[in-house]
Parts: sequence; C-alpha cells; structure tokens
Amino acid sequence: MGTDPLATLAQALPAEGASLSAGRDMPILQLAPERLLEVVRLLKLQHGFDMLSDLTAIDWLGQTPRFEVVWHLYGTDHHRRLRIKTRVTEADPTVDSLVGIHGAARFMERECHDMYGIRFRGNEDLRPILLYEGFEGHPLRKDYPIDREQPLVALRE
Amino acid sequence: MDPRIPNPVRSAIEHSGRDDTVIVNIGPSHPATHGTVQIIAELDAEKVLRVDVHCGYLHRGFEKECEVHTWHNLIPYVDRLNYCSALINDFAYCDAVERLMGVEITPRCRVLRTLLAEYSRIADHLTCIAAALMELGAMTAFLYLVTIRDQIYEHLAAVTGARVTYSFGRIGGLAADLPEGWLVRLEQILVDFEEFTGRVHKLVDRNRIFIDRMRGVGTLTTAQAIDLGVTGPLLRSTGAARDLRKDTPYLAYADLDFEVPVGIQGDNYDRYYVRMREMDESIHMIRQLVDMLPEGPVCVDDRRCSFPDKAAVYTQIEALINHFKLVMDGPEVPAGEIYTAHEGANGELGFYLVSTGGGRPYKLHVRSPSFVHMGAAGLMLEGYQLADVVPTFGSINMIGGECDR
Repeated sequence: MGTDPLATLAQALPAEGASLSAGRDMPILQLAPERLLEVVRLLKLQHGFDMLSDLTAIDWLGQTPRFEVVWHLYGTDHHRRLRIKTRVTEADPTVDSLVGIHGAARFMERECHDMYGIRFRGNEDLRPILLYEGFEGHPLRKDYPIDREQPLVALRE
Repeated sequence: MDPRIPNPVRSAIEHSGRDDTVIVNIGPSHPATHGTVQIIAELDAEKVLRVDVHCGYLHRGFEKECEVHTWHNLIPYVDRLNYCSALINDFAYCDAVERLMGVEITPRCRVLRTLLAEYSRIADHLTCIAAALMELGAMTAFLYLVTIRDQIYEHLAAVTGARVTYSFGRIGGLAADLPEGWLVRLEQILVDFEEFTGRVHKLVDRNRIFIDRMRGVGTLTTAQAIDLGVTGPLLRSTGAARDLRKDTPYLAYADLDFEVPVGIQGDNYDRYYVRMREMDESIHMIRQLVDMLPEGPVCVDDRRCSFPDKAAVYTQIEALINHFKLVMDGPEVPAGEIYTAHEGANGELGFYLVSTGGGRPYKLHVRSPSFVHMGAAGLMLEGYQLADVVPTFGSINMIGGECDR
C-alpha cells in the first residue's frame, strides 16, 4: 500500500466508469452501474473494505437519471470508509445485487426495494420487509404523498 | 385468522419439503420476543431447521417524516429509535448535523455527551441482560439489574426531565447543564452498580443451568459476522476487537483509557459476558470523564443553531428574530451529505444526511444496528433447539424502534 490510500485506490480502479473524489467525510466513488460488482469485489478482496455498512437511495425528483443508489463500505482492519454512488433511471431502476459479495446486502436491499422501488438483479428475495405484502408504491419516493394512508385493516368508524 | 384480513407477510417457508416437520409462527406478539417481530420456523421436533424473520411491525415512516420537519424538530424523533439508550441517538444525530454545518461543540459539551452516552450504554446493557436472564428464569438477577437501571433512569430524569425519551441533545450543545449535586449522586449509583452486578456475576456466571443454556448456542464466527454487517457487542463476542470508539474516535473517546472486551466463540454466553464487561469499562470511562469535566458553556455561541438566551429574547429584537427564525425555519444546514457513525449500545448507529440547503433535510437515513442484526438472526437460530430461540433472540437485543423506524 502506498502512503496515500486515496491515490492507491484511484490507481487500482478501472479507467472507465469510475471516478473517485475526496468527500468531506469519506472518499466518494461514482460508478457506472455495470462496474459495480467488479469494483466492489476488488475493494473487498484487495483493499480491505470487507463490511457493507449501509445501503440506501436518494430520489432526485426532476433530475435524470432520477435515483442515486448509495452504498457505504467500511474496512474493519484499516477503519476507513468509502461511499459508492451510482445513478439509475426511473424507467428501469435496476442495479446488480451485492448479496454474492456482502451477506448484509440481503436485508438492506429488501428495505431499499420497499422504500424506493430499486430492483436488485440477483437478489431473489425482495419481499417487503418494513412494509407489508400488497403495499402500493414506494413511500420514500418524493412523489409519494406523506399523508397517504393504506391501512391493511379498515379503520374503525 | 379472519379471511377478510390479508396476511401482512408472505412466508419464505410455505411448504416443508418433508412430512415429519412442522411450520410454526413465533410472534409477532409473543411474550418472549421483546418487540414485535415474527419468526416463522420450520421445526423437526424441537430442532429449528429454517427460520424466516420478519420485522417491520413497528414501522412508522420515520425517514419520510424527517423530510418535512426542521433539523431541530427531529431530536425527539431520533430519541425513539433505540429507546433503551435514547441519548446515544440524540448525540449521534446532533454530531452528524454539526459536522455538516461545521459547528465545533464546546469542550464541556464534548465531555458531558461522552459521559451521558456511556451512562446510557449501561442502561441499555442492563435492560438487555436483565430481560435475557429473566426469560431463563433468573428473576433475582433481573430484579437486581432493573433496580440499578431504575436508579439510572431517575438520575437521568434529574438532568433531562424524562426517564426514557429525553430530547436532551441540541444542535451545537445540550438542552441544559448538570444540576447541582448530580455528580455526587452519580458516584453513589456507580458504587451501587458495582455491588449489584457483583451479585449477578456470582449468581449467574458459573451457574450450571445458565451455562448449559447459553454456551455454544447461537454461535457466530467473526467472518460470518463481518459478512452480515454485524457490529457492536455481537461482533466483539466473536473475538474481534472492533469498536468505533477506539477505531474511529469521536467525542472525547480519544482521551480516554479503556479496553475493548471480546468473547471467544460468539455464543450467547459470550454476548452476555461482553455486555457485562462493557458496562465495567463504561464505569471506568465515566469516572475519568468526571475528573476531566471542564468548566464553561455547554452550547456553542453560534447564531445559526444555538437558541439565544431567554432574557435576551424578551428584550432585544435581534435575539427575538433569531429565536423566531430558528423555531420556524430551523437551522440553516448547507448543502452536502454526511455519514456519521457512533458506537451505539447495539452496534454501529449511522446517520446519513443529505441536505440541499435550508432548514429541513432532503433525506435522512438511519443505519440501525438492530435491522442489520435481524438479517443475521436466521443464522444464529437455525440448527438449535426451539427453546434456544428465546435466549438467542434476547442476546441479540433487537430494539423495534430502531429496527423498523
């Protein structure tokens, strides 16, 4: 490893579809969706980012592509963090699933699918987890009204 | 079940492939699952073959609700994530917002937050261990631990005004300074704590029944834990000394002398023991923090986030407008994003904030340890006895408030 972890990381990344920048709290890696699996595997095996801390999405309503999927990786040995971002379109909000690399992705992807409707290719189990079976829509999308109610059991008069 | 009420979950275990197994529901409302969680298990006699864990019964749209409230208004909400150690949530959230705003808290606030966070950690661990022991029939140990927890709750009520959900953090400081004599009472409680946990150690540690129920049950290896994102006492019980307070120090942890207790084989017994040892370390930290507590204000003097003095609000127009703007519009947080992780009582508690400027968050995401641990729960339950579900689930310490958000 070189002295500057950020520079070492930048060198190891594929030339196309990946750009690394220094964020205010951790480095941010912008990825093209098709690079995701390859880069996350590389980060885990060769750069010690062995834990998937967090997975979520941001709905930039009005921008194209509309959704930004965000992963936070953590290295349990070197204690550094890394944020990975990729954009997906509203028409086809699909990214590759990380379940083959990080087991933690199984539950997190279910939650992200619940809340934003992002589909994770390769995760066979995207059943609702925080919501219930039959819930319509994805509540954390910006166009889902905050006061919309979908009670599973009819409310009493 | 009433056929007009649709089933909220679609079980992953619809059919057992064999004719000698049975599928049972444990929960969502079951006396032994503290928190509404549903475990669908396939049993071969008493042995658990497969489980499907469902959480979400306490989902209340926390993250959606956060997007329409000001940054300050969220403090009572984040309290209700892990309601066993609400102050840790408060401080983690405030820390995230302060970093985004570039606010540096005062030295006294830094030490006080650390002290109160460790105090909350003790209350959380006490709750977890007491409940887990009670479920195994150890009523005396439960009463000893809850006695101390109640003293801590009353003592926290003396500084925050509430027993469980405190709303005590403020962006840029704390709601109040310590009242007179609080630290004197603190030391008395710490002495009582040592007396009572000493008795629990004697009752439980080498108890044949306890060891038989806990040793070698619900085991997890370090590699499995890291793969599944498991953090906190659960990860440390597998033997990995991973603690955000040591690894990525925040607040005043870099100035403190403490150890990271670890287990050996990642079973229920190790999780119990790691939590007991962590409380000892917290006591050790609290005593150091009391000694190093500096004088000075608890809130930063920054008009972007701190409320002006009440006396000034009533007499000066600038202070009145400042107060009005902070209440109505909320503190202005510059555009940007931040992920801040604190070592919560159960593991890594992360806040991912996205701001586009203005007084309200564009997005707020909580990385809650309980939710991630629910993803690992299946592995800890499968292959053991049905009766082991209760102590294993108790030792995971799933908190519905932060799991389901």
